[in-house]
Amino acid sequence: MEVTHQVLQQLVNGISLGSIYALIALGYTMIYGIIKLINFAHGDIYMVGAYIGFFAITQAHLSIVPALIISFVVTGILGMVVEKLAYKPLRHAPRISVLITAIGVSFFLEYTSMYFVSPTPRTFPAIFGDVAIEIGGIVINGQQMLILGITTILMIVLTYIVHRTKTGKAMRAASFDTETAQLMGIDSDRIISITFGIGSALAAVAGVLVGVYYNSIDPLMGIMPGLKAFVAAVLGGIGILPGAVVGGLILGIVEAFVSGFVSSTFRDAAAFAILILVLLFKPTGLFGKNTKEKV
Amino acid sequence: MGKMLELKDLNVYYDAIHAIKGISLEVNQGEIVTLIGANGAGKSTTLRTISGLLKPKSGTITFEGKDIAGSKAHEIVRNGISQVPEGRRIFAEMSVMENLDLGAFTRKDKDGIKADVKHVFELFPRLEERKNQIAGTLSGGEQQMLAMGRALMSRPRLLLLDEPSMGLAPLLIKEIFNIIVDINKAGTTVLLVEQNANMALSIANRAYVLETGRITLAGDAKELAASEEVRKAYLGG
Repeated sequence: MEVTHQVLQQLVNGISLGSIYALIALGYTMIYGIIKLINFAHGDIYMVGAYIGFFAITQAHLSIVPALIISFVVTGILGMVVEKLAYKPLRHAPRISVLITAIGVSFFLEYTSMYFVSPTPRTFPAIFGDVAIEIGGIVINGQQMLILGITTILMIVLTYIVHRTKTGKAMRAASFDTETAQLMGIDSDRIISITFGIGSALAAVAGVLVGVYYNSIDPLMGIMPGLKAFVAAVLGGIGILPGAVVGGLILGIVEAFVSGFVSSTFRDAAAFAILILVLLFKPTGLFGKNTKEKV
Repeated sequence: MGKMLELKDLNVYYDAIHAIKGISLEVNQGEIVTLIGANGAGKSTTLRTISGLLKPKSGTITFEGKDIAGSKAHEIVRNGISQVPEGRRIFAEMSVMENLDLGAFTRKDKDGIKADVKHVFELFPRLEERKNQIAGTLSGGEQQMLAMGRALMSRPRLLLLDEPSMGLAPLLIKEIFNIIVDINKAGTTVLLVEQNANMALSIANRAYVLETGRITLAGDAKELAASEEVRKAYLGG
């Protein structure tokens, strides 16, 4: 009985953490889907989102939901600006140039942030106190409820946009075949920009939620979650939206179990062990199709 | 019959490769014009340049009196030119209906779109039977029909067709070409690129022969089909 409790408790923890990875992984996978770029700056966009949420709460004294919305919008715009300035001029450049640029953007965001907000970690204000519900001995705290609620809503909205709206159809078309999408009258530059906007906005929400969950943010906080969300996206099959969600959840659950039953020092190792296993046995990921893809 | 499309001294490069070397051609309203030539002559490059996927280095492309050289591909569709690309390039993961919807991306008139879907299904009854099927599961011929139906959904005044016969059985090629004639009769001007010169010349009003980036022959399709030069080079004697 005790073990069952622990397993279920870690499952709750894992799903909370995993849904954050999923939010970041969605942006990775959407951007990869449309311009075949592993956007290594994505984790740093998430960091900027966390800071915008932080300042919205501490300086503007907003509550969590308006802070999330502001971070969502501002970071979304930042993502579009980064795409326009850094990646758009390289549209016809070799992919390696774009990849290197992404690493440059990543450093730029990290160290510019350090300059403006200082490298010292900030304590994210506690917004829930000790709110928690208990179901059969399993504790779900306020932060976890917030994470699950917000990510569920965002995923439903995203699914609706991608499958039911004209812009979503254009996104899928451009992601499948950019050139032919243009022949349909789709402005691929606009669609790429929107994709960066949505992906960055989702990462921003993840950043704020992590701030709420772990109470601490710093300018380099995006590196590890960025890499892990990349693992999640690869695990699910890069370019495939449901893959990013499932990959994120699996990763979160595995990490929670490793932390809970082995040792939290092995948590990160578990994530990268998954990456190695996926690359060895199913490089296209769980939902991947068998297409040859060179990076 | 007014001049609809005119290419003048068009030069197109792929990086350092000079693919189109100063070609000029014209398509009049209501015509079927075909561009024939061997593999690599620059036929697809010409169509891709008209559609805005490639930018010409020099020369003009005038469509209905407006210079469209250098316009973006998505704007050119709005101007009334639609292309059925080589290899069909359907959206294989989407349904037949979704492909047709994407063809109508530039339009907002819901009723008009509905009527045009109906019209496409009249031209290609097989597509209607498969309208909810994932496009990638269609046969080659059906995919060609879908690519043509999709291109018609933007209500083009000029339809560019790139190798519609590619990879299809002779009977199916005949069917597709009959439909091209029907589309033309219904008022759409057609510029057809083909390696199957026999079929292309049989339905076209006029033809141009392209050889390594240059137009070497031009004229009435029937006359070209009868000429010794064309017969030897492209019609198998």
